[in-house]
Amino acid sequence: MQGYLDSLIAAGWFSALPVQVVYAGGMLLAGAVVLFVFILLVAGFTTFVERRIWARIHSRVGPNRVGPQGVLQWLADGLKLFMKEDLIPAAADRKLFRMAPYVVLMGFVATFAVIPFSSRLVIAEMDIGLLFVLTVTSLVVVGILMAGWASNNKWSLIGGIRGAAQIVSYEIPAGLSILPVVLLAGTLNMQELIRQQGWAPWDWTLFANPFAFVAFFLFFTAALAEGNRTPFDLPEAETELVAGFVTEYSGVRYLMFFLVEWGNLYVIGALVTTMFLGGWNIPPVTDSVFLQTLLEFLTFFFKAYFWVFVAIWIRGTLPRVRVDQLMSVCWKYLVPIAFVNAIATALWIIAFPHGNRVVAFVMTGIGAALVALFFSRVAFHLRRSRVRARNQFTLSPFA
Amino acid sequence: MEFAAILARVQGCFPDVAGDSQPAVGDPWVTVAAAAICDVCTFLRDEPELRFDCLTNQSGLDLQAENKLQVVYHLFSYTHRHQLVLKVDTPRENAVVPTVESVWPAANWLEREIYDLFGIVFSDHTDLRRIMLPDDWVGHPLRKDYVEQEHYHGIATRRESLLR
Amino acid sequence: MGLQEYDIEVERDGLDTEEMTLNMGPQHPSTHGVLRFVVKADGEVMRKATPDVGYLHRSIEKIAEKVGYHGFMPYTDRVDYVAAMFCNQSWAMACERLAAIEVPVRGEYCRVVAAELNRISSHLLSAASMTLDIGAATPFFHAFREREKINDLLEELCGARLTYNYMRIGGVAWDLPPGFVEQTRAFLDDFEPALAEFHDLISGNKIYVERIAGVAPTSAARAVAYNLVGPNLRASGVDFDVRRDIPYSIYPQLKFAVPVGRGEVGTIGDCFDRYIVRMREIEQSVSLVRQCLEQMEPGPVLAKVPRKFRPPVGEVYVRVESARGDMGWYVVSDGSEFPVRCKIRTGSFAAMSMIEELSRGLMLADLVAVIASLDIVAPEVDR
Repeated sequence: MQGYLDSLIAAGWFSALPVQVVYAGGMLLAGAVVLFVFILLVAGFTTFVERRIWARIHSRVGPNRVGPQGVLQWLADGLKLFMKEDLIPAAADRKLFRMAPYVVLMGFVATFAVIPFSSRLVIAEMDIGLLFVLTVTSLVVVGILMAGWASNNKWSLIGGIRGAAQIVSYEIPAGLSILPVVLLAGTLNMQELIRQQGWAPWDWTLFANPFAFVAFFLFFTAALAEGNRTPFDLPEAETELVAGFVTEYSGVRYLMFFLVEWGNLYVIGALVTTMFLGGWNIPPVTDSVFLQTLLEFLTFFFKAYFWVFVAIWIRGTLPRVRVDQLMSVCWKYLVPIAFVNAIATALWIIAFPHGNRVVAFVMTGIGAALVALFFSRVAFHLRRSRVRARNQFTLSPFA
Repeated sequence: MEFAAILARVQGCFPDVAGDSQPAVGDPWVTVAAAAICDVCTFLRDEPELRFDCLTNQSGLDLQAENKLQVVYHLFSYTHRHQLVLKVDTPRENAVVPTVESVWPAANWLEREIYDLFGIVFSDHTDLRRIMLPDDWVGHPLRKDYVEQEHYHGIATRRESLLR
Repeated sequence: MGLQEYDIEVERDGLDTEEMTLNMGPQHPSTHGVLRFVVKADGEVMRKATPDVGYLHRSIEKIAEKVGYHGFMPYTDRVDYVAAMFCNQSWAMACERLAAIEVPVRGEYCRVVAAELNRISSHLLSAASMTLDIGAATPFFHAFREREKINDLLEELCGARLTYNYMRIGGVAWDLPPGFVEQTRAFLDDFEPALAEFHDLISGNKIYVERIAGVAPTSAARAVAYNLVGPNLRASGVDFDVRRDIPYSIYPQLKFAVPVGRGEVGTIGDCFDRYIVRMREIEQSVSLVRQCLEQMEPGPVLAKVPRKFRPPVGEVYVRVESARGDMGWYVVSDGSEFPVRCKIRTGSFAAMSMIEELSRGLMLADLVAVIASLDIVAPEVDR
């Protein structure tokens, strides 16, 4: 972004304004575009995707009425929530109650300042990009606590405190599991992290060494916990706390909390793709800048969105853990493993300063083997269920 | 053990219990005086050959014809797989029966229900309050002479029949 | 509601803290029906959860005294609408025992087929709600998919999906419709792999097991003292089943095992035992239905019972192994058309009375697991 603005200034635009203002204005504009064209669309569409995928896992259909195959369902839901009455409980702390959704939204939207879309599309290429993301997502904690407290509802309070404890605790394994990646790349800059990887799986950080492999799983688990997703969705555990810290919210405020939750899934996917899966790297197939940018964008988007799908899949499969189990998983298991991982990566770098291609190929082979094993199990279950579907017992209501 | 044998054992220690009520249809029962019920129940639970470790049911009964209330206990033994019915008579006004909660904890809620619906007070009960009906309800509905209150919190309990 | 207890100040480490009094219900996604708990919690850990029942009290027992023996049959469905066939069966059995009516053999077989199918569907609902409360939504939908098929079968049989009103005093209302036997066999063949899939999905899942193993174990002595019945009692290790030990109907001619909790993961009598005992009972019920369908002979299904049913003076206490345990019906007759007293002692009532004691020291999330594992349904508690 900055480079593009520099080229515009050199061409003579904005000559009357100081450079900083041009930068700030340009980035704000880009941010607004990203927000309205990308974030809202993706977060909203993810609600629909989640409902359809969830329904298929539950062996039912899901929303399929509004628009072809129900693709406009999220628009209808959003519109409905917009039109709802804005209720604030009489005894609630009005200022905090109103502020909480915006704080949470800020914590989420600000991460998009550094998330790359392609090699040329990023709002701000910061040298501390990864650290910035980690820091800014902590704002969400403040928002959740505010929501829980200001609702004047004991159940919301419990949900808010659970959420705060959970997110704050899981920041630590998340940060520690990023360390191996940063040590291998030597930089926190998101674009640089991607440039140092290649388009081929054996060039990805994921397969660079076994410790990065482990770090990937650690990071994904910790990120799920930060995003309040099952199996760690205690703050909004519907069957225990009604709706947790968002119980008293309705209408647009409720919409914002859930936009953040689903948008966060994409952020998690984007972070995982950036750090472990090679980002937007594509093989050199074309010279046209437009086509390159488009392909890079699509590569990055689909890689990131795959992890959204995985998070939805996990939500449909696993039950919820209890608060004390959540804490013990974090502090007794994830943190020690993450520490050991980081130290081992450092030792690995001392041993192989320029990486080790053999290990990379071996790890890629292991990864491919795991994927093949997984698909063979899927095929087995599909075959079994197809046999069942043929003999399925149904009773026609008109028989 | 058969009813006659059980009755003989009980009457051995508590001669006052009456066991001559053998109805034409159904299970025979043992009538116990209200004052002795707790001791009899403790004996029934602890005696090795009887070992009635479970109070399987406890209900009230309003015999309007004989103008009395009864508390009926159905006991069961998981060790010996035999059962017994006890009955305690009590007058309609000032119906007081000692509680058997100390013998079987199951009696706690069962007696609360009988208090709520029949008005039989169980002395020495740890927590005797209404269970099904709201605390400010007036009357005991399962009594045969129960007439519902006219209003409850401003809501009328009677209305004109729609089938006219 | 008369609970005059206020937040108690607790002094600890020089800090003044307070206990929190929370109200769970009567509208709550995970209390099974309209139940209310007043929970005194110290953060996440509960000191005590006091149940407050009576929200679903419909004075069914008094209604029995007004509508008479025949007329009461539809009301019995509502005593426990999840396992309504058993309530029908026990009321019919009580009246038959009073009046010494003999039910034709085919009628008894129809009763057992209907009752065991109902047991399967009730246990599916119980297990599915439990997994939903623990947080896994998928097993819930899969179990309900199977339960829909049972509902369809029972709708073929008696016209209703939930409150069946299928049995009458002296037998059952209608014989099995044509094609019912083949359809039921097809369903059972289709159901067993689905049950295996359900187990694959959730019963061995580490998170699920960690949530419910070792939670609120109930020893056999305590279970008996508190009058727990059915799967709750068997999970605590007491090997007692009314169908086998106080046999009624045609159960003496059927072979079935009685699953008892063994504490395989965690302690004996914990939530996992209660859950797995129910799942194993489903398998036994499948086998029972198959045996009945094989052994049935053609014949009448309803004995002749007079319209104005006047049983002789007497009283009976009838016990039936319902899905929720040993349901006891105490019916007193004075020779007229209307019973003097009809007292229904249900398994959920005793289980509910035990929650206050079980909940000491548990966490809020565990309370949900305990209520679900005890398979408490509100209509049984309040009647």
